[in-house]
Amino acid sequence: MSQASATIGAERQERSVGLWADALRRMRRSPAAIIGATIIGFFVVVAIFAPFIAPFDPTRGNLADSYLPPSWEHPFGTNVQGQDVFSRIVFGTRLTLGIAVLSVVIGVSVGTFFGALAGYFRGWVDAVIMRSVDIMLSIPGLLFAIAVVTWLGRGVVQIAVAIAVLNVPIFARILRGSLLALRETDYVTAARAVGVRGPTLLLRHMLPNALGPLIVQATLALATAVIDAAALGFLGLGPPDPRTPEWGTMLSDTYRYLNSAVYLAFFPGIAIVLSVLGFNLLGDGMREALDPRLRR
Amino acid sequence: MGKFIVRRLLLLIPILVGLSLLIFLFIRLLPGDPASAILGERATPESIAQVRAALGLDRPLHEQYLEYLGGLTRLDLGRSFLTNRDVVGDFLQRFPATFELTAAAMIFALGLGIPLGMFTAKRRGSWIDQAGTVISLVGISIPIFFLGLMLKFLFAINWQILPDSGRIDLVHYSFERITNMMTVDALLAGSPGGFVDALRHLVLPGVALGTIPLAIIMRITRASVVDVLNEDYVRTANAKGLPGRIVDNRHVLRNAMLPVVTVIGLQTGLLLGGAILTETIFGWGGVGKWIYDAVVASDYQVIQSGVLLLALIFVLVNLVVDVSYAFLNPRIRYS
Repeated sequence: MSQASATIGAERQERSVGLWADALRRMRRSPAAIIGATIIGFFVVVAIFAPFIAPFDPTRGNLADSYLPPSWEHPFGTNVQGQDVFSRIVFGTRLTLGIAVLSVVIGVSVGTFFGALAGYFRGWVDAVIMRSVDIMLSIPGLLFAIAVVTWLGRGVVQIAVAIAVLNVPIFARILRGSLLALRETDYVTAARAVGVRGPTLLLRHMLPNALGPLIVQATLALATAVIDAAALGFLGLGPPDPRTPEWGTMLSDTYRYLNSAVYLAFFPGIAIVLSVLGFNLLGDGMREALDPRLRR
Repeated sequence: MGKFIVRRLLLLIPILVGLSLLIFLFIRLLPGDPASAILGERATPESIAQVRAALGLDRPLHEQYLEYLGGLTRLDLGRSFLTNRDVVGDFLQRFPATFELTAAAMIFALGLGIPLGMFTAKRRGSWIDQAGTVISLVGISIPIFFLGLMLKFLFAINWQILPDSGRIDLVHYSFERITNMMTVDALLAGSPGGFVDALRHLVLPGVALGTIPLAIIMRITRASVVDVLNEDYVRTANAKGLPGRIVDNRHVLRNAMLPVVTVIGLQTGLLLGGAILTETIFGWGGVGKWIYDAVVASDYQVIQSGVLLLALIFVLVNLVVDVSYAFLNPRIRYS
């Protein structure tokens, strides 16, 4: 970074902020990023303070109270087991955010590992990894996740792994692409010329400059992960314990008696839409903030 | 052009081999034994051994894989554990329904997404453009199953203006199933009433499945048209006094469509995955509902083969898209 800025130092002199500080500054001016961050912040707060926010135990229900419409006591109504839907949505935030973050962390780690191998070593390593990526991307996402969950068995971690599997090829491909472009840049040639080799070149000089697209994709992947996790739950592949509050499973419970209790489907659905929208807005805002072509 | 297609076809081979290997291993590495899955909990060791032998599971893996590949070339993907019906036969019987649904969703997405993208791009920065951006982002964020449920509640249950499930009103319309696509079969049987009824059944699932692609296509079209509008040749066309409509259709839209074509191929994967959710909600008797039922019943044979066959269709669609892309874009054709 320092060598690169030295060469173009003259015209950058008046505003020599780093890429990240600059990106953050522009994100604060982007309405999309601010609204997205606010929505996600809201859900994070709900997830952390769930026990203080939820008025009822999400797993315990009273059959005498089943199918109560929304009221002051039960703002989102109660379900067939008499469980409070509001409390279930509040606690479901934990599960949803947990699965999303876990799946993206696994997907990014494994994906960038293989992407770095492919982009750095080239040759047959690259060929093998990229053909595997092609194969994985040739299976429609949700189908792949279904196959993985039926294979691993049902459970929260299994769902996260299944969604992570979908993310691995995407991150591998993005990082490889960035590394290939970076190989040709002057500062990498310069680093090579002064004798920087191997892991130092990759980790110190190339990887930090390839992070931008990865971070944007990771944020957007959180949105997809929320949808995919809910879709698996909706299809009956959610957490094995039916008492576990999971947004997608909550929707699936209700679609048979839509005509009598539409609120049972409405509120968990709105929770999903809002959180997905939050991650999408944040990702879009980041993309614009980190895209050097859009710099003014 | 010929060279490009041949190269693209050759690239298919490793993908297909890899896919088959992946799916072959999928069922062999399943925790628990398929034989005990078929027979249930009370199976005796003898009967499990018998079923394993019948399924060929007692032989070495490479032998099993070769036989599996042989079966693939004969379009034999085994039989359902549950119904003992031929998997490929079942798939082919149901696929036309899924094709009809995805085609309807795609027509909805393209028919609305391209004009809306063009419209907002030409008014870039206006409040209409900003509203379009927000609405398309919301569209991308609505899960298919939630949208499907809400559409079903509003239009089928609450207002009762559209049918809530199924593909046709079986009481009033019965005609010969030739293609297994209701709209086409109704026309072939000369039943305009049946055709209209089949279309009415397509509306809600088609909109539910097509909304995310619609939002994506709208965004891509907008971005692409904005790029093209800045090109010199568009300024030239306007400067020499061509009517706006001709500039739009001949110069802007044709060039702006290239990225959109690529996206159509990628969206197919989303549609095929989304078909599982849509078909489940609307009781649509296609491949998606079939796979969902297999998931519920743990019918691994159907799950793995269904996934393989849908992946195959996805790969073939992308092949067609790539070739047509090369056909549309001379810059690729000659390089």
